[in-house]
Amino acid sequence: MLEVRNLNAHIGEADSVTQILKGINLSVQPGEVHAIMGPNGSGKSTLSKIIAGHPDYSVTQGEILFNGENILELEADERSRKGIFLGFQYPVEIPGVNNAEFLRMAYNQRRKAEGLEEADPLDFEEILDAKMKALDMDGRFKERAINEGFSGGEKKRNEILQMAVLDPALAILDETDSGLDVDALKIVAGGINRLRGPSKGIVLITHYQRLLDYVQPDFVHVLSGGRIVKSGGKDLALEVEKLGYDWLVK
Amino acid sequence: MDDATLKNAASQAGDTPAGVVKGGDDYKYGFTTPVEMESFGKGLNEDVIRAISAKKNEPLFLLEFRLKAYKKWLTMKEPNWAHVQYPAIDYQDILYFAAPKQKPSLTGLDEVDPEILKTFERLGIPLDEQKRLSNVAVDAVFDSVSVATTHKKKLMEHGVIFCSISEAIHEYPELIEEYLGSVVPVGDNFYAALNSAVFTDGSFVYIPPGTKCPMELSTYFRINTEESGQFERTLIVCAEGSYVSYLEGCTAPKFDTNQLHAAVVELVTLDNAEIKYSTVQNWYSGDPKTGKGGIYNFVTKRGKCLGKKSKISWTQVETGSAITWKYPSCILVGDESVGEFYSVAMTNGFMQADTGTKMIHLGKNTKSSIISKGIAGDNSSNAYRGLVRIGKNATGSRNFSQCDSMLVGNRSSAHTFPYIETGNSGSQVEHEASTSKISEDQLFYFQSRGIPREEAISMIVNGFCKDVFNQLPMEFAVEAQKLLAMKLENSVG
Ligand SMILES: Nc1ncnc2c1ncn2[C@@H]1O[C@H](COP(=O)(O)OP(=O)(O)OP(=O)(O)O)[C@@H](O)[C@H]1O
Ligand SMILES: [Mg+2]
Repeated sequence: MLEVRNLNAHIGEADSVTQILKGINLSVQPGEVHAIMGPNGSGKSTLSKIIAGHPDYSVTQGEILFNGENILELEADERSRKGIFLGFQYPVEIPGVNNAEFLRMAYNQRRKAEGLEEADPLDFEEILDAKMKALDMDGRFKERAINEGFSGGEKKRNEILQMAVLDPALAILDETDSGLDVDALKIVAGGINRLRGPSKGIVLITHYQRLLDYVQPDFVHVLSGGRIVKSGGKDLALEVEKLGYDWLVK
Repeated sequence: MDDATLKNAASQAGDTPAGVVKGGDDYKYGFTTPVEMESFGKGLNEDVIRAISAKKNEPLFLLEFRLKAYKKWLTMKEPNWAHVQYPAIDYQDILYFAAPKQKPSLTGLDEVDPEILKTFERLGIPLDEQKRLSNVAVDAVFDSVSVATTHKKKLMEHGVIFCSISEAIHEYPELIEEYLGSVVPVGDNFYAALNSAVFTDGSFVYIPPGTKCPMELSTYFRINTEESGQFERTLIVCAEGSYVSYLEGCTAPKFDTNQLHAAVVELVTLDNAEIKYSTVQNWYSGDPKTGKGGIYNFVTKRGKCLGKKSKISWTQVETGSAITWKYPSCILVGDESVGEFYSVAMTNGFMQADTGTKMIHLGKNTKSSIISKGIAGDNSSNAYRGLVRIGKNATGSRNFSQCDSMLVGNRSSAHTFPYIETGNSGSQVEHEASTSKISEDQLFYFQSRGIPREEAISMIVNGFCKDVFNQLPMEFAVEAQKLLAMKLENSVG
C-alpha cells in the first residue's frame, strides 16, 4: 500500500540547505507491521512527516506511492483523508480549540471524503466515549483544549485516541511509546493491536524493544544518516537492543 | 468558497503560515445602489450647518449645539497619537449631507425607494412588514438618513421609544436636550466635534423605568455614496431598572477612494439599568493587495453609568474598515456600577486598527473588565490601546484586563498600549497580555487529521475569540464566526 522509492529530501533554502534523507526505499503491504529504528537525528521523524505531507521539507528525488497513487503533490489534509495517519513524536498544543470538537471535525472530514453522512454531535459522542474507554482515558480530556497542558504520556495517548477515531489504513507512529509508564505502554500497545488487521499497514518508529514485545513487527529497518542501512525480521530489533548501532553504521 | 478561490488558495499553499488575504472581490457587500440622491455639495462652513439644520426643521437648541461644535472643531487638530498612518484628509472634499430623495415625511415603508429596500434585503435585513426579523427591531440608516424603523408599534406598547434621531428631536426634544452631548461633549475630540456639527441622522432609544425591552434593537448602517461621509449619532437612555440589548451592523460598497465614518454613540444608564451594546463592523476595508480605498472608521463611543449598580457592556467584532480608531468607553459614576469591554479586532490586507477602551472609575466599588483579542494577518497592523483610571474617590474599585494578540503570517504586527492610573490604594487593577502566532506545526497538525488549512485557521481563531463571542447574542455570535471564517477563507498564504 505504501511505496517509498529513492526518497531524497532536504530542509532550508538556497545556501542553508540540509540534506536529511538520502535515497530511502520502503514498501509496506496491507497487514504488515514495520518497525523503524535508528540513532537520534538519523531522519526517522523527517521521513514520517514527509509521508504525511509536511510543507517545510522539499523532496528533491524519488516518489511516494499510496495505493498506487503518487501523493507527493497532495496537501497533508488530502493525504489524511485518503487514510494516512501520523502519530507525532511531539504533538503540538492548540489553545482554545476543544479536543472533542477537533476530533469530530476530523472524523467528519473523513466521512465526507468517503461519501458518508457526517455524524451529529450526539452520535459522535457515543463513538468517542467507546474509544476513550478502550484507552482508559478520562472524560475530562474531551473538554480540554487540544494537548494544552497534557502531560507527555497523555499527549501520546491522545494521539492513539485520534488514530482509533480515524481508523486509518496506514498508521505511522513516531515514538508513541516514548514517555509512557508501564501501564500506559500496555494500553497504547492494545490500541495499536486493535487497529492491526489484514487491510491495515502500521509503521512504528521506536527506540525500544519493549513496545515491540507487545506489538510484534513483521519487519525491522534501521535508519542511519538518511539511509536505511539494514532491514530484517523482528530479531534485528533485539540485536540493536543488545549491540547498539555502531556495528551497522560502519 | 467557490472553485476559483479554492484553486487560488491551493496554488498559494506551501508558503509560510497563512497570510490572511481576503480578496477584494469577495467583499460581498461591495455593491452600490442606484437611487436618486440629494446633497448640498462638498465642503463645510457655517452655512452648510445652518442648511442641514433648516432642512431638518430643527429646534433652535440643536442649531446652537451644532454651531458650538463647529466653532470648537475649527480650533482643533486631528489626533495623531494613534498607531495608524494615512494621507491627510481634505475635509472640504466631503459631502456632509447625502440623502435618498424622498417625500418630506414617510408614513410607511411603501414610500421608501424600492431600490433601498432591495439593498437592505440583499444585506440580509428585510425591512418590509411580512419578512421582518421576528425578534429584532431594526433602524436602517442609508448614507446620512434613517430610512426605516421596524416594530415601532409593539415597542410603543411597552413604552419603549426607538426611532431615528431626527424624529426624536421633534417628538422628544426634552430628552434630546437633556442627554445629547451629556456623555460625549461637543468638543470632546476632533471627530466627535465634527460629528456634533454635521450629524444628519442615527438612532434614538429610550427605555422607561422598570422595563426590559421585549426584543433586541438593531441599527444597520450602510454607506452608499462615494464622496459622502457618514456622521450618525446614536443615543440610548435606560431609565431606572431597565434593560436593553442593542446590535449594530455596518457595510459599505467598494470604492477606490476612502470614505469617512465619524459616528458618535452615547449611552446613559440610570440606577440599576443595563445596556448591552454589540457591534459587528464589516465596512469595506480597501483592496487587500494595494490598500486602496476603504472606510476610515473614526468613531467615538462612550457610556455613562450614571446610576448606582448600573451596567454598560460593549462587545465589538471589528473585521472591516481601512482604518479603525475606536475606543468604546465607560464612565462609572454611580457607586457599584459595572463597565465591560469585549473586543475582537481582526485586520488583514493593509488594514490598520487602533482600538481599545477607557474605563473611568469615579464611584465607589465600581468594577470593570476588559477582554481584547486582536488578530493581525498580511501587512496589517493591530493595536490595543486601553486606559484604566481609578479616581481618588473610587475606593474599593476593581479592574481586570486581558489583551491577547494573535499574528498570522510574518508581515503583520500587533501592539498593546495599556495605560493605568490609580488614584487610591484601596483598589485593584490587574492586567494580563499575551502574543501568539499560528504556527506551521499547528496547521500541519490539523491537516494531518484531514482538516483543511482554512478550516484549521478558522477553528484556531474562533477558539482564540471564544471569550468574546460568548458575550454576543446567539444569532450575532453565529454571524460573527461566519464573518471571521469568510475573512480568513483565503488566508492560505
Ligand atoms: N526543521 C528543521 N530544521 C533544521 N534541521 C532539521 C529540521 N528538521 C530536521 N532537521 C534535522 O534533520 C535531522 C533528522 O531529524 P529527525 O527529527 O528526522 O531525526 P530522528 O531520526 O527522528 O531523531 P530522534 O530519534 O531524535 O527523534 C536532524 O539532524 C535534524 O536536526
Ligand atoms: Mg524523531
